[in-house]
Amino acid sequence: MRGRGRPWDKLLHYSLCNVTGQQDCTFFTRKEILRLHARYHELAPHLVPMDYTNDPDCKLPLALIVNMPELKENPFCSRIVESFSEDGMGNLSFNEFVDMFSVLSEMAPRELKAIYAFKIYDYNVDNFLCKEDLEKTLNKLTKEELTPEEVQLVCEKAIEEADLDGDHKLSFADFENMITRAPDFLSTFHIRI
Amino acid sequence: MKRQGDQPTGREEAKLRRAMKRTAMWGRGGRGRREGARKGGKRRRTLRARRGMPKGMTKGRTRGKTRGRTTTRTRRRRKRTTGKKSDKEESLSEGEMAQLLEEVEEKKKLIATIRNKPWRMKRRLLDLKEAQEFVDKFEGALGKGKGRKWFAYKVMMKKKWIKFQRDFENFRTACIPWERKIKDVESHFGSSVASYFIFLRWMYGMNLVLFGFTFGLVVIPEVLMGLPYGSIPRKTVPRAEQDTAQDYSVLMDFNGYCKYSVLFYGYYNDQRTIGLLKFRLPLSYLMVGIGTFGYSLMVVIRTMAKNADVGGGDGDESEFTFAWKMFTSWDYLIGNSETADNKYASITTSFKESIVDEQENQKDENIHLRRFLRVLANFFITCSLGGSGYLIYFVVKRSQEFANRTDLSWYEKNELEIIMSLLGLVCPPLFETIAELEDYHPRIALKWQLGRIFALFLGNLYTFLFALFDEVNTKVQQQKEIITRVFIWAMKEYYANYTLLLNGTGATPPPMSPADVIRGPCWETAVGIEFVKLTVSDIQVSYLTILIGDFARAVIVRFLNYCWCWDLEAGFPSYGEFDISGNVLGLVFNQGMIWMGAFYAPGLVGINVLRLLSSMYYQCWAVMATNVPHERVFKASKSNNFYMGLLLLILFLSLLPVVYTIMTLPPSFDCGPFSGKAKMFDVIMETIDLDLPAFLGTLFSYAANPGLIIPAVLLMVLAIYYLNSVSEAYQNANMELKKKMQMARDEEKNRRNNTDSTNQVMKDLEDLLPNRSLQPPPPPQPEKKPQPESKPTKTKPGTASKGVNLERDVALASPNPNGRGPVSRPPGPRGPAPMPGDGPGRGRGRGRGAPPR
Repeated sequence: MRGRGRPWDKLLHYSLCNVTGQQDCTFFTRKEILRLHARYHELAPHLVPMDYTNDPDCKLPLALIVNMPELKENPFCSRIVESFSEDGMGNLSFNEFVDMFSVLSEMAPRELKAIYAFKIYDYNVDNFLCKEDLEKTLNKLTKEELTPEEVQLVCEKAIEEADLDGDHKLSFADFENMITRAPDFLSTFHIRI
Repeated sequence: MKRQGDQPTGREEAKLRRAMKRTAMWGRGGRGRREGARKGGKRRRTLRARRGMPKGMTKGRTRGKTRGRTTTRTRRRRKRTTGKKSDKEESLSEGEMAQLLEEVEEKKKLIATIRNKPWRMKRRLLDLKEAQEFVDKFEGALGKGKGRKWFAYKVMMKKKWIKFQRDFENFRTACIPWERKIKDVESHFGSSVASYFIFLRWMYGMNLVLFGFTFGLVVIPEVLMGLPYGSIPRKTVPRAEQDTAQDYSVLMDFNGYCKYSVLFYGYYNDQRTIGLLKFRLPLSYLMVGIGTFGYSLMVVIRTMAKNADVGGGDGDESEFTFAWKMFTSWDYLIGNSETADNKYASITTSFKESIVDEQENQKDENIHLRRFLRVLANFFITCSLGGSGYLIYFVVKRSQEFANRTDLSWYEKNELEIIMSLLGLVCPPLFETIAELEDYHPRIALKWQLGRIFALFLGNLYTFLFALFDEVNTKVQQQKEIITRVFIWAMKEYYANYTLLLNGTGATPPPMSPADVIRGPCWETAVGIEFVKLTVSDIQVSYLTILIGDFARAVIVRFLNYCWCWDLEAGFPSYGEFDISGNVLGLVFNQGMIWMGAFYAPGLVGINVLRLLSSMYYQCWAVMATNVPHERVFKASKSNNFYMGLLLLILFLSLLPVVYTIMTLPPSFDCGPFSGKAKMFDVIMETIDLDLPAFLGTLFSYAANPGLIIPAVLLMVLAIYYLNSVSEAYQNANMELKKKMQMARDEEKNRRNNTDSTNQVMKDLEDLLPNRSLQPPPPPQPEKKPQPESKPTKTKPGTASKGVNLERDVALASPNPNGRGPVSRPPGPRGPAPMPGDGPGRGRGRGRGAPPR
C-alpha cells in the first residue's frame, strides 16, 4: 500500500510483489526489506542477483551469513541460521533471511520469539530440550569455563525448574511457560539490523 | 491454541466451502435461518449498492492489489466471479452469505496476523497470497477493509514511539556515571565487588549535593562578599606564626595560611549580613550545618526504603534462576568482540554465583555440629572484641595519666595510635579466620564480618572522640582565661588612650596590625583541623595500601615468577583479592568523619568529593589490574541495605557530638560566624526577632511550648506504631501469597495436562523441522524408504508468485503433512540411524522427534 510504483523501485530491481508480500509476512517496512536485500546481496555479490523479479532460487551457505557483524559474536549464530533454514544445514534463501531478522526484530511478539528460541537451543532437533542441549548451550555461553560438575548441576537445576511434566527434558510447553515469564527475554532475544 | 484454531488452512477452506454450499442447499434449522434471513437482507442491500459502484473504487478498498502482472487477470476474473456469485447468492441462500462473510473476516485476520505465525516463509507467502486472493474475490461483494490507513498509521506511530523510548533509555544510561566501569568490574569480579563500587558512586552523588550546599551557600558567598584576608584578626596569621606560615610541613598540617582560610570555621566573620545582597552568612552557616545532616538522613532513609522495595531480601527466590540465566542471559544485540568477551565473563560469573547459592541450599550435614561451631565462633569473637575494647579503654586511661607528665618516651607518646593501628591490622584477619568455623554462605559471612569490624572500629571512634572532647574542654577553659586577659588588655588600652586624650594632643592611637591582636584558642578550628588531618591521612594510607599491598605485590608475583623456586601465582603470595568489608567500612567511617567535621571545616566536603572521585578511578583500575576474583564469587544482596544500615548508624553517631557542641558549648568569642553569642543557635532567635514579622515570633514561641511538643511527639510515636503494624500485616500477606504461588506451581507441575492445549503449536514446530528432502542425501542411508510425499515440496519458490487458484489449495495444504513426514522416520544425515536398542543416551532424545501418527 505504501509507496506503490515509485520510480526508485525500478532502480533497486527488487520486484514489487515480493516486497509487499514480505511486508505482510514480516515486521519490516518496505524500506527495511530493501535494505535487508542490499545486505543479502552484499554478502555474496556474485551469487545473489540484484533482480528478484523471477524469484531466482539462490541460497547462501551458513559460513557467509554467520560472518555478518550482527551475528558474528553470537555464540548461537550457527544455530540461529540453521533453525531458520529449510534444510537445517544453514543455507538461507532470501525469504528465510528476511524471516530470520523479522523474528529477531523487536516488533515480533513474545510467542513467536519463544518458538524460534526453542528451536535455536534445540541442538539435536528433536523438539525437546534435553540435557545434552542444555550442556551445549551452557558451554557456548560460558566458553567452557565451568567444571563438568558445575555444568551438570546447572543443567539439572534448569530442567528441574522448568520441567512441568516430569520427563526430565523440556518440551516446548515447558520452555514457553518459563520463557514468557522471563523479564529480559524480549530485550535480549532481539537483533537490530 | 486459539490463534491457530481460527484460521483454516487452504485444504480446510476448500472443504468448508463445499460443505457450506451443501448446507445452503439443504437449508438450516429455523432459528438459524431466520437469523440468516435478517442478516442476508441487510447484506443484499449493501450488495446492490456496491454493484452500482465503479470498479475502481471497490478495488481501491481491497487489499491484495499489488500483483503487477496478474492484476488484469484477477480483475477480469473477479468481475466474472462477482457476477456469478451474486447471482448465486441472491438465488441461493442468506446463510451462505453470513458464512462467507465470516470466512472473509477470518482471512483478513490471517492477513493481519500472518507475520506472527511460526511458519516457513514460503508457506507464509503462499498462504498470504491465497488469503488475499480470497479476500479480493469476495470482499468486493461483501464488505470492505475499513481503517486500513488508520492501522498503518498506528503501527508507524508505535514503531516511532518504541524507537524514541529506546533512544531515551540509551541516553539515560549514558548519563549514569561510571556505568561501564562498574559493569566491567562486575563481569569479572561478581556483583559483590561491584556492590562496593555502586555504593561508592552513591556516596559520591550524595557528597556532591552536600558540596553544592556548603560551597554555594557558605564558602563562595564568604569569598565573594566577605571581608578580604588580613582585614581583621581572625582572618590574619598571628605575628608569631608568620615566619613559618608558608612552610610545606606547616601547610601539610593545615596550620599557617591553611588555618586562616575559608576552609575552616574560624575564618568566618560574625557580621549579620555581608555584601550588597545582605547575605546572612552566620544564619546560612548554621542552616547548612544542620541541613547537611537533614539531607543525609533523608537520602539514606529514602534509598533504604527504595532498595527494600526493589530488592526485598537476599538473593532472588525466583523459580527459574538457572533456566532464565541459560536462555535469556546472552544479549543478541552484542556485535562487538570486546563487549562479547565481557558478556561471557559476566555470564560465567553469574552462573558461579548462582551455583554457590545452590550448593549452599543443598548442603545438609550435622546441624548440631554446625550450631556448636557457630556459637563457639561467636564466643571467640566476642572475647576478642571485649579484649580489644578493654585494651583501648586501658590505653586511653593511661594516656590521660601520661598527659600530666613531661618525661615521655617515644612509645609512651604514641602508645594510643600504635595500639589502635595494631588492633586494626590484626583483628579483621583474625575475625575472618574464626568465621571459617561458621561456614556461612559468603554473603552472610560478609555481613557478619562487616558487623564485627564495625564494632571494633567503634572503639577507634570512641577514643578519637574522647581525645577530641578533652582538647575542646581544655580550650574552652583557656578561652575563659583569655577573655579576662583580653578584657584587662582592652581596659589598659582604653586608659592609655584616655590619658593621651587628657594630655590634649588629640592624636588617635597608632593603628594596631590585626596580626598582633591577642586571640583565643578557637577550639572549633582546632577540631576542624583534626578532622581534615584525619581524612587526609586516611586517604594517604588507603592509597598507599593499594599501591603497595596490591600493585607492588602483583608486580612482584607476576615478574619474579619467572625466576623463583615455587609458583608465586598459585602458591603463597598469589594476587590479592578485593577486600570488600575493609573498603566498605573505610568508606563508611570516612563519611562519618566528613559529617562530624563538615561543620567545623566547610572545606572538608570539597576534599571528600575529590577523594571519592579519584578513588573511583584509582580503585577501579587497581581492581582490574592487580586483583583476582574471590575464590567463591557470590552474589551481593540486591539491595545495598546492609551498607546503608551501617551508614545510617554512623550518621547517627556522628550527629550526636555535633549537635551536642552546637547546643551546649559556647562558641569562641573571637572567631567564627557565631562569635560573641552565648550559644550558636542564638542566630536563629536573632533572625526571628529582627527579620521576621512579630506574629511569627510569637508563633515560634508557641510552637516551642512543651504543651505542644509533647502531644506532637506522642502523635508521631502512634503513627510509627500504626505504620509498623501495617507493614507487618503486609509482610504476612506477602508470605502467604508466596506460599500460594509455590503451591500453585507445584500443582501445575503435578498436573500433566499440557497435551491438548499445545497440540497446534507442536504441529507448527514439527513443521519447522528442517526439510530433509531438500538436502543432499548422505551416503550411509541404512533404510531406503521410498519418499512419495516429498514431491510437492519441490515446488520452486517461483511458483508462489504466480496466480494461486482454488485448485492449488490441495497442493498448498500438502506441505503440512509433508513437512512432518521426514521426521517421523529417523533423520538420515546425522550418522547412523538410532536403532531401538542402540545408544541409550543419544537415541532416546531423538526418538521423540514426532509422535507416531
